[in-house]
Amino acid sequence: MSTQADLSRPAGGGHDADEEAVAIARKRASEGKKAEAKLGMMLCAPAALVMVAVMAYPIAYAFWLSLFRADLRTPDQNEFVGLSNYVTVLSSPIWWTAFGVTAFITVVSVILELVLGMLLAIVMHRTIIGRGLVRTSALVPYAIVTVVAAFSWRFAWSQDLGWLAGSSAPLTDRWSSIAIIILAEVWKTVPFMALLLMAGLALVPEDLHKAAAMDGGSAWQRFWMITVPLVMPSILVAVLFRTLDAFRVFDNIFVLTSGANETSSVSMVAYNNLIRGLNLGIGSTMSVLIFITIAIIAVVFTKLFGAAAPGSDEGGRR
Amino acid sequence: MAEIVLDNVVKRYPDGALAVDNFNLEIADGEFIILVGPSGCGKSTTLNMVAGLEDITQGELRIDGQVVNDKAPKDRDIAMVFQSYALYPHMTVGENMGFPLKLAKVDKSTIQKKVHEAAEMLELTQHLDRKPSNLSGGQRQRVAMGRAIVRQPKAFLMDEPLSNLDAKLRVQMRTQVSRIQKTLGTTTLYVTHDQTEAMTLGDRVVVMRGGIVQQIGSPQHLYDHPANLFVAGFIGSPSMNFVPGRLEGDGIVSALGEARLPDRIRQALERGNGSRDVILGVRPEDFEDARINGDKPGGRFSAPIDVVESMGSDLYAYFTLRGDVASSAELDDLAKDTGNDLHTDGTAMTARLDPTARIRQGDNVELWYNTDKLHIFDAESGRNLVGGDSQSAANAGTGR
Ligand SMILES: Nc1ncnc2c1ncn2[C@@H]1O[C@H](COP(=O)(O)OP(=O)(O)OP(=O)(O)O)[C@@H](O)[C@H]1O
Ligand SMILES: [Mg+2]
Repeated sequence: MSTQADLSRPAGGGHDADEEAVAIARKRASEGKKAEAKLGMMLCAPAALVMVAVMAYPIAYAFWLSLFRADLRTPDQNEFVGLSNYVTVLSSPIWWTAFGVTAFITVVSVILELVLGMLLAIVMHRTIIGRGLVRTSALVPYAIVTVVAAFSWRFAWSQDLGWLAGSSAPLTDRWSSIAIIILAEVWKTVPFMALLLMAGLALVPEDLHKAAAMDGGSAWQRFWMITVPLVMPSILVAVLFRTLDAFRVFDNIFVLTSGANETSSVSMVAYNNLIRGLNLGIGSTMSVLIFITIAIIAVVFTKLFGAAAPGSDEGGRR
Repeated sequence: MAEIVLDNVVKRYPDGALAVDNFNLEIADGEFIILVGPSGCGKSTTLNMVAGLEDITQGELRIDGQVVNDKAPKDRDIAMVFQSYALYPHMTVGENMGFPLKLAKVDKSTIQKKVHEAAEMLELTQHLDRKPSNLSGGQRQRVAMGRAIVRQPKAFLMDEPLSNLDAKLRVQMRTQVSRIQKTLGTTTLYVTHDQTEAMTLGDRVVVMRGGIVQQIGSPQHLYDHPANLFVAGFIGSPSMNFVPGRLEGDGIVSALGEARLPDRIRQALERGNGSRDVILGVRPEDFEDARINGDKPGGRFSAPIDVVESMGSDLYAYFTLRGDVASSAELDDLAKDTGNDLHTDGTAMTARLDPTARIRQGDNVELWYNTDKLHIFDAESGRNLVGGDSQSAANAGTGR
């Protein structure tokens, strides 16, 4: 080994020796690090393999399929068509209508969830009496299976049958249907939002609220100038989770309207093509497009995280 | 700047805990008041009531003659410095200090001017653009002070502001706090655990125990005339030595031998007509090597010296007295607070002697003590039977 050689050299120029010692120390350290990294890789490998098997492979396969004309009704006519499936989908009004509906549902429901979730989080955070009961009951909607909840909403809004509908039939009209879909989504996920936000609220020291009160802040000012900036990382995580979820909205729409009156989301359209229509090529193309959209959303949010971590000194030390 | 009056203030927490009972205090404009007492005695609670962070259960809080019991903190115009500093982590030092002014809708250029003035006073000018997380403990503490100073409030409240600093920094900051308060002349209510801070900073000191005010007075007054055993034991470091004793005729009998009491003390005792069982209190500096003090009037006894510590200017001698240990609830409380609640047989004593005393460890030495400076407490109630004043008397004077 080279260390042997180094040691055998005369300890002549002290300065030189110093530098060499540093170099050796560095090398040793990096060797240790390397071994550690190797062990780390090996420990991660099984999990990574499973991930590849259940995620990377289907994604890659979907992408592969999206480059073919592949229709299960005519399995003999499979043919490589390049990106022409993408051209077909991206120039189809059905896709863009669904995309618009999905985006609308996503934006509106996430905003509502954030506002209501924050309110609920503050209530749960501040309650002193019956705290456990308040928290448990707030979480009930989240514990109910989405499809079951969706059926309840459907009955509730059925003409002459439902307790909410009366003689109207809101699920037969486009905008009222979308409103009900949003309602069902919001009702179900506000507790989840609140839970994430409450974890953030718990991280804001009580002394900061007191200090802000002493500094002359009203409750409203304290919320906007102290709480919100400090909870921002939690808000971003919660909003990211919900945005990704909401963009893939499926079960509520499937149960409530089945996509009637142009209320399909992109997932519904992809499902209709892929499973109902057996058109693997077009369906896979849509899936890939949904995947890409979601990836873009995720990247944008993660960029925002970096800027939102409170207490970080971007300027660095001087 | 303001005058603050606490009139029979009571705090009972919702869970039933009585944290502060019948607190009476008149703080004059510009006065520096220290609240001391063992942990859990209600110091922070009192401070928070003045701040408006805790409701007042009973009694009245007046600032400049106006009852403010129901005013929100933001309407009281009082600044507070927290033990944790409570700096806003997402704001720079400058933004932290300017925050109260920003809330008060002061225009930007004025904010900047005031923040710079305060930063200069606290030597923070080169740190104004940094975040609190990148500052040292001492710097953070100064930012917290700065945030309190910039808005020129009616009063400062400080809850153990220096207790998170190391010993050396604490001494430094202590003088700085004192200087700032003198310069600005702002009424200040300061909570501390540290009795050096209590003795050196305040115009007057309020000693609390279990939510009840024990005594209010200037530091020297509390030192010379403690109202009861608790104050006597709490104020002073090393603390006063306590020995049980009995009054007999013109003198007193205790483990410190028999001594004749000076006329002043005797007269006071007659007026007080307390019981004959008492507890003697002797400050460490009131002991002396008997060989040095020769024939001066006072008591004499001999004791084997356990440990001798020479501090240059003083010589500390530690010894143990056999026999009964002075016991009372107040002394037990004190022992708990200092962590000295191990019961050994005999009373551990500390004497601060002249450095010329030639005393060695293990010697059996004859010690003299000054009977003129003797404190005599009622064994049962703990009340000072000689020099201590009653609480109401201390309340009346503002000490300025
Ligand atoms: N929120 C609360 N609810 C119930 N009891 C409380 C509450 N806060 C404090 N107490 C009680 O009130 C008493 C006084 O507490 P306080 O915090 O004022 O003590 P302190 O003198 O500041 O002590 P320390 O020196 O340890 O800070 C304590 O016995 C404490 O247990
Ligand atoms: Mg406290």
